Formats: sequence, structure tokens, C-alpha cells
Amino acid sequence: MRNYRFLIAALPLAIMIGLAGMFYGRLGKDPAELPSALIGKPVPEFELPGLDDGKGLAAADLRDGPVTVVNVFASWCAPCRIEHPLLTALTKVPGIRIVGIAYKDEPAATRGFLDQLGNPYARIGVDQAGRVAIDWGVYGVPETYLVSKDGQIMWKHVGPLTEDVIRHEMLPLADRLLK
Amino acid sequence: MSGGPGIAEFGHFALILAFCVALAQGLVPLVGAARGHVPSIRLADNAAVLQFLLVAAAFAALVHAYVTSDFSVLNVFENSHSRKPMLYKVTGVWGNHEGSLLLWALMLTMFGAMVAVFGRNLPETFRARVLSVQGLIGVGFIAFMLFTSNPFARIDPAPLEGNGLNPILQDPGLAFHPPFLYAGYVGISIAFSFAVAALIEGRVPPSWARWVRPWTLAAWAMLTIGITGGSYWAYYELGWGGFWFWDPVENASLMPWLAATALLHSAIVVEKRDTLKSWTILLAIIAFSLSLLGTFLVRSGVLTSVHAFASDPTRGFFILVFLLAVTGGALTLYAIRAPGLKAGGMFQTVSREGALVLNNLLLATATATVLLGTLYPLILDAVGGAKVSVGPPYFNSTFMPLMVPLMVAVAIGPLLPWKRGDLMGVLGRLKFIALASAVAGLLVLWLTSDAPLLPVLGFIVAFFLAGGVVVEVLERTQFRKLGALGALRRLFALPRGAIGMSLAHMGLAVSIFGVAAATGFAEEHLGIMKQGDTVEIAGWRLTFDGVEDVPGPNYTATRGRFAVAGLGPMYPETRRFESPPMETTEAAIHPTVLGDLYVVVGEKTGPGHAVRIYWKPFVVWIWLGGLMMAAGGFFSLSDRRLRVGAPVRRAAPQPQAAE
Repeated sequence: MRNYRFLIAALPLAIMIGLAGMFYGRLGKDPAELPSALIGKPVPEFELPGLDDGKGLAAADLRDGPVTVVNVFASWCAPCRIEHPLLTALTKVPGIRIVGIAYKDEPAATRGFLDQLGNPYARIGVDQAGRVAIDWGVYGVPETYLVSKDGQIMWKHVGPLTEDVIRHEMLPLADRLLK
Repeated sequence: MSGGPGIAEFGHFALILAFCVALAQGLVPLVGAARGHVPSIRLADNAAVLQFLLVAAAFAALVHAYVTSDFSVLNVFENSHSRKPMLYKVTGVWGNHEGSLLLWALMLTMFGAMVAVFGRNLPETFRARVLSVQGLIGVGFIAFMLFTSNPFARIDPAPLEGNGLNPILQDPGLAFHPPFLYAGYVGISIAFSFAVAALIEGRVPPSWARWVRPWTLAAWAMLTIGITGGSYWAYYELGWGGFWFWDPVENASLMPWLAATALLHSAIVVEKRDTLKSWTILLAIIAFSLSLLGTFLVRSGVLTSVHAFASDPTRGFFILVFLLAVTGGALTLYAIRAPGLKAGGMFQTVSREGALVLNNLLLATATATVLLGTLYPLILDAVGGAKVSVGPPYFNSTFMPLMVPLMVAVAIGPLLPWKRGDLMGVLGRLKFIALASAVAGLLVLWLTSDAPLLPVLGFIVAFFLAGGVVVEVLERTQFRKLGALGALRRLFALPRGAIGMSLAHMGLAVSIFGVAAATGFAEEHLGIMKQGDTVEIAGWRLTFDGVEDVPGPNYTATRGRFAVAGLGPMYPETRRFESPPMETTEAAIHPTVLGDLYVVVGEKTGPGHAVRIYWKPFVVWIWLGGLMMAAGGFFSLSDRRLRVGAPVRRAAPQPQAAE
């Protein structure tokens, strides 16, 4: 009986050590940095309807065209609001096109989001079911990909974009892809 | 402005001294108490007060640097600006990682000093142990600041102008709710220190609960205000009319609150019935651990959040080690000592104790649910699964259903007597209330054909709880026997603890009602409006009169003008800040008791402007209820019986009535 009580009393400690071990494993890793099996691969085959103008987004749009930033976003995602001004600023960079995938979002809500903050996207694909996002390997919104002129996924960033990431990772790579 | 050792160095030095004092406070009385060495035991009180004064001096030094815009201090340079309004210069002190830690340490040492000054009637050895544990926590926090996040670091040469403050933080709501949250988080450290001290002594007398409860109550009430304030801030600042986003940082404050709520109630059982001791001790440890965990999650960059100030692996590692030491140490002690704690009085399932146990089970489950939802992305990642983010749908479908039985238990519990209750009897007393709330719920369902189920359920339990509170107060004041006047006289004679409880429970009902109404029955109009367009929503007629650009002190605002029939104009704004470039929405809100009219104006889109108009019925009730809960807490705190741990120590445990 005593042993049994001791085991119960030691249970919280055991759980806590397990959690601590898990945290330790995560430390130092940037939660935004994720391995992606798709880097260097062509974009997955997909076709998405547009928001209301009918212009949707499909794999074919990415295979020939300018260097494209694919931004996965949703109106319900708070970090998307944070990175939004940066995307708007990116529209001014010559040679780059920005397209969006509206992930698991009501079209009306997406529209409200864009109405309020402005629309930086040249095209928007509405992925209400989130199926296409699975093919892209989306872990969570926001997520941003850089796709080369011939439709290869070259780079990926999970979480809100920051000035630092854009200046030191995205734009240098985009410059090389533009050449 | 700089040159020579200045006030910042004085602050840094005070912090180093505080660290040394904390070290002494953490070790000497602990050893002294074990050996029965009286001078070492007596050291604790003075050390606690001294540590507080030193940290207060350091804090004052940092405030001074902000007020005088001393940009040779790195922290001031990064977070302040000479043209910032004075209010935000001061509040900017804790609007950043280093400063918020210093505020945290200030609160921690303040609570420690309060135990030393007001806890005179605690047994001396016990008080010394409590203060020792408090000192050790202080060692960890101050070391964290000194070694990884020095708020007084200088830069040379000193820049002429600061980097400014995140405009989203330049807001009275955000300026004032963090101190309350911190006071709450840190106040729970007192319950933790009491728990550890009791474990060291190996016994938990009923008086222990009476000592712990006022501190927990104070911390809980502060935390309630902090969470309420934070929620209100999110409501009016983020511009979406939402009041809770299940963001990791919000969860970080909710979990300690839930645990503290459970602790508050289980401590009553320890005090009145001398049982549930081991569980209560565990709750005290968990509540504070969750406060620390919140800090860890926010500061280490392990989870991404909008609120994250700094993600720095060194800092994360330090907090993890600290967390491991504090929680691990306490839980090890718990594993050793808890099996030896004698279980106290017996009680039947249907009794006040039984209801409180049910309350604890539900609150603990709710805490675990939130914890799981917050950590699930991490856990899944650790076992090699996919990365996911857990959002509101998870919490809505797990957390909310737990609240329904909890509300019912909250309504019934206070009506049950201790030891052995009569559930049928209580239900009989509540039958009218139950019937009325069910009818009210059905009426809502009938009036609004497509009402979602959960909000209607929310209404029913809110009505039931409110009715339960009324019945409880009427019975306590013997309304039936004495009539209105006599009952009123009795009401004023009631112990303040009882009134506080009723007030807090009523606040809960009010909050739940607000949440149910605002989530289930909101109306919205999203779209583009041209000048002269008119929209009708929930009986309001709004005519859009166009926008104008208005310069602000450090921003330019696009201000929309809406003429609202029977109300006058409303002016929502979108503000664009230059440094750092950022946009904020200032919703125009017309708050009424029946609901808020909430108007947001966005960018120019084609011929008009993007506009969002919401009608949020009874949304103010959410925060009103929160304030009522906090007021109930403070009112109870003013009860003579509880006044800062003033019990007469019982000579021996009361003999238990055999059941």
C-alpha cells in the first residue's frame, strides 16, 4: 500500500521530467525552421479556385512566370496580420510576384482580412479544405515559399516573415533566381 | 547624458546586492531552521525586506533611465523614444523582456517582504522556511537577469534617439494589464513557498490552509484583473471583435488561473475539514510551475507567439534549468513526503467537500486540456510526428464542454452542507431555478432559429448559476423567515468571505452569459462602403460619411466618420506609425449594457473603404464578470478571519468525527 502511494506521489515528478526533456530537445531549434522534403522539388500538382474574381491558382501558374513568393495565410491567424505589412512592402520589389493560398478560411473572412489590410497578392487560391496545403507540406500558417521561374520550390519559411529573414535569406536567394 | 558611473550602474549594483541577499535568505534560514539556530532563523525577515528595497532601487533606477530618455542604456535605446508620451515612457519599462523581468522580481520580493512584515503570527521557523524558498526563487530570477538579460547594459557611444516602442504597445490597456498579471503569477509563488515549507516540515495542519488562502486569494484576484484587462485590450485593439484567441501567451495566463482557482477551493477543504492535503500541496506546486512554464514558453522561443518578446536559446536554457530546479525540487520533495501526509476527515460524495472535489477535478482537467493544447505541437514534434498548430476549434470542443458541468457544480456546491449533503433536497430548492433557466434557454433557441447549441447551453448554465447564487444568498440571509428588511440586515452581518464568494460566483455567471451571447449571437457586416452608404445592423443605422487623414503625435491616422441614427458620429481609425513602420486599428466602440456597436475602417478599396461593423451583444458582461470575480476576491480578503493569515494556531488537530 505504501509503495503504491509513493508511486502516485512520484507521478507528477515523472511527468515533469518527461516534459523538461522534451523542452530541452526543442531548445535552440528555431520553431520556425522545419525540414522540408520539398525543397528543390517541383511544386505539387494542384488547382485552386480564386476568391471572387475567378482568377485562382494552379501549379501551371508557377511553372512559367516570374520568381514567385507563395504565402499561405488565413484571416484567423494572428501572425499573418503581423507579417502582412512586409508582404505589402515585398510587392514593390521588382521581378517578384506574390501569390497567396488562403488556408482553411471562409472566403468572406478572407475578403474581410484583405479589405482591411490591403491585398498584396497577384493571385489567390482558396484552399478551404486544406488539401492542397497538405501536398505543399504546410505545417501551420503563416508559411512562405519561394518558387523559381520553372516551378521549383527553392525555400520555405514557417511562421511570420521578419525583416531579417526577408533581407538575409529570401531576397538574396530571389536575386540569384532572377539571374 | 552619460559619463561616469551613473544611476544605471547604481541600479545594476543594487541588483547584484539583491542577488547576494537572496542567496543568504535562501540558504541561511533553511539551515538554521533545520538546526534550530535562532539567529539564522531570524535573518529571514530582515533579508526579505532588504532584498525588496534593493530590487526596488534597481527598478527605480531603470524607471529614471526611461523617464530621462538615457539612450546610453541599451534597453532604453531599444524600447523608448524621447518624443514618446511620458506615460508610455514609464510603462515602456516593462514593455520589454529585461524590464518585465525586473518588474517580476520587484513583485516577487515585494510579496516576500509582505510575508516578513505581515506574517508575524506564523510560527517563526515556518516563516523562515517560507522566506527561504522565496529567497531561492529570487536567486534564480535575479541570476537570470544578471547573467542573460541585464536591463542596465550600456552602449557606447550613446545614440541620440531611441528606437521607439512598438506602437501596438502604446496603449493604456497594454500598459497596465501586465503588472496585474505579474503580481498574480508571482503571488502564487507564496502559495508555492508555503507548500514547500510544509513539505519540509512534513505536516499540513488546517491552519496551513488558513495562512495560504489570503495570499492565494490576492494573487488570484490580481491574475483575474490581469486576464480580464488583457482580454479587453485584445478586443478593442486587434480590431476583430474577438476577446480570447487561445494564443500560447493567453493560455500561459489562463493555466495558472485555473490551477489557482482550484487551489483556492481545495484549501477551503483543508482548512475546514483537514483533508485533501496532499492534493492541495500538489496544486500549489503546479500553479506556480505553470506560471514559470508560461514564462519559459514565452521567453524561450520554443513556441511561436505574437506576444514573444525575445527568443534566445541561452535564456530558454536558463529558464528550463530554473524550472527544473524549482518544480523538480518541489515535486521530488512531494514524492518523498506526500505518502506520509495523514489523510483527514472522511466525507460522503454528496457534500460540500464532494462538490469542491468535483470542482477541483473539473478545473484540473480543464488546466490539463489547455496545457495539452498548448504543448501538443511540441509533443507531436518530439515523437517525430508532423508539425501542427492547435487553434480555437480544439479548445472550443474540449475546454468549453468542461465548463458546463463545472457551472452546475458551482451552483449546487455552496448549498450543500459539509460532510453529508442531500442532493435531492438541494435540487428541490433549485428546481424553480433549473426550470426557469431551461425555459429561458429554450426560449432563446426558439427566438433565434439557427442558434448554435453551445451558446444556448452557456445561457442555461449562466442562468442556473446566477439563480443558484441568489437562492444561496436568500437562504443564508433567511429571507423567508425575516422578510426583506431582516434579510438585508443579515446580509450586512454576513462574513465578508461569504459575500465575496457569492459575488465571485455571480461574476462567473455574468462572464459566461457574456461569452455565450457575444460568441453565439453576434451580427456582423463586412464589406466595402462608399461615402453615403447606409448599413443596418441589429437595429442601428450607420451612414458612412467618408474618411479624412488626421495627424497624430507619432502616426498618421485615416479616420472614418459614421453617422449613427440616434447616437451621433463614430470615428474608427487606422493608424500608420513611421518608426517602426506598423499599422494599428482603433475600432470605434459604442459600449452599452445590451451590447457593443463596433466599427472598424480599413484601407481604401476601389470606390470605397473596407469596413467591418459588428454588433456584439452583452460583450461588456464578460469583463464586468471578470471584475466582479476579482472584487469578490478582494472583498473576501478583507474578511477579518482571513486578514493576512491571522489565525490562532490550533494546539492539536481536531478530533475527527467518525462518519
